[in-house]
Amino acid sequence: MIRQLLVLFSGFVFALGLGISEMTRPEKVLGFLDIFGDWDPSLAFVMGGAIVVYAGALQIVKHRNRPQFGKRFRIPTRSEITPSLIIGAAIFGIGWGLAGFCPGPGIVAAAGLVTPALFFLPSLIAGILIHRWLFD
Amino acid sequence: MTEFTPIAATIGGILIGLAAAMMMLFEGRIAGISGILSGALKKSDGTPPAWQATFLGGLVLGGIVLTAAQGFVERDFVMTELSISPVLAIAAGLLVGFGTRLGNGCTSGHGVCGIPRLSMRSILATLTFMAAAAATVYLTNHVFAFGGLS
Repeated sequence: MIRQLLVLFSGFVFALGLGISEMTRPEKVLGFLDIFGDWDPSLAFVMGGAIVVYAGALQIVKHRNRPQFGKRFRIPTRSEITPSLIIGAAIFGIGWGLAGFCPGPGIVAAAGLVTPALFFLPSLIAGILIHRWLFD
Repeated sequence: MTEFTPIAATIGGILIGLAAAMMMLFEGRIAGISGILSGALKKSDGTPPAWQATFLGGLVLGGIVLTAAQGFVERDFVMTELSISPVLAIAAGLLVGFGTRLGNGCTSGHGVCGIPRLSMRSILATLTFMAAAAATVYLTNHVFAFGGLS
């Protein structure tokens, strides 16, 4: 029970972080990506803050054998640079630049009934399922 | 067009980092939203709700609380003044969903969780999606005029 609640709480804090930094607002995201226009560098500070905190957590992980509840630390081990990694990232980037939503903010904005997010989220799910049908 | 808000951005980033850190330290899981959403869409095998669904529940709860809080603090967390057409939003969703699965991650999985591990895959993926997104914003708003900023 406490375990489930902590996962729920993690999701909740994640959403608060996205909201307070305004990554949930497409104008903020597109303004960050608009480096040749009226550039708003704010979101670099979001990434910076998150990376510093997470790097600290990884230091703790180094000194532990297993997580508090899970069986083991599931840290990706793949290292090969594949065409699908780069092509997939490029396709994702095009979609991100079109509407200013990546998956997390898309879900949070849809929960807040933001109109474009209500179109984005079902379509995001469809995109995931199309990939599954084609490649699994 | 939007104001530079480094303090709010840093506080938000720290919260995102803390949330991702909790998922790693408690569950040993990477907090990659595209992977979590994909995992939640897998068929249930009759066991209790998957952790992925629980995490997504937290995101939704956060979205509801942020929306309610907007009225009290006179700040916008979850709203947009841009006119992003349904067609644009649907095309974006398909590309983001398909692309993040093909590339094994999004802003959170590759960016927040991958860069601090110094994973070359994640660093290259992040540079690629940032560049593709910036190019898309330039093309759709400054060359053609159908993007949200134009």
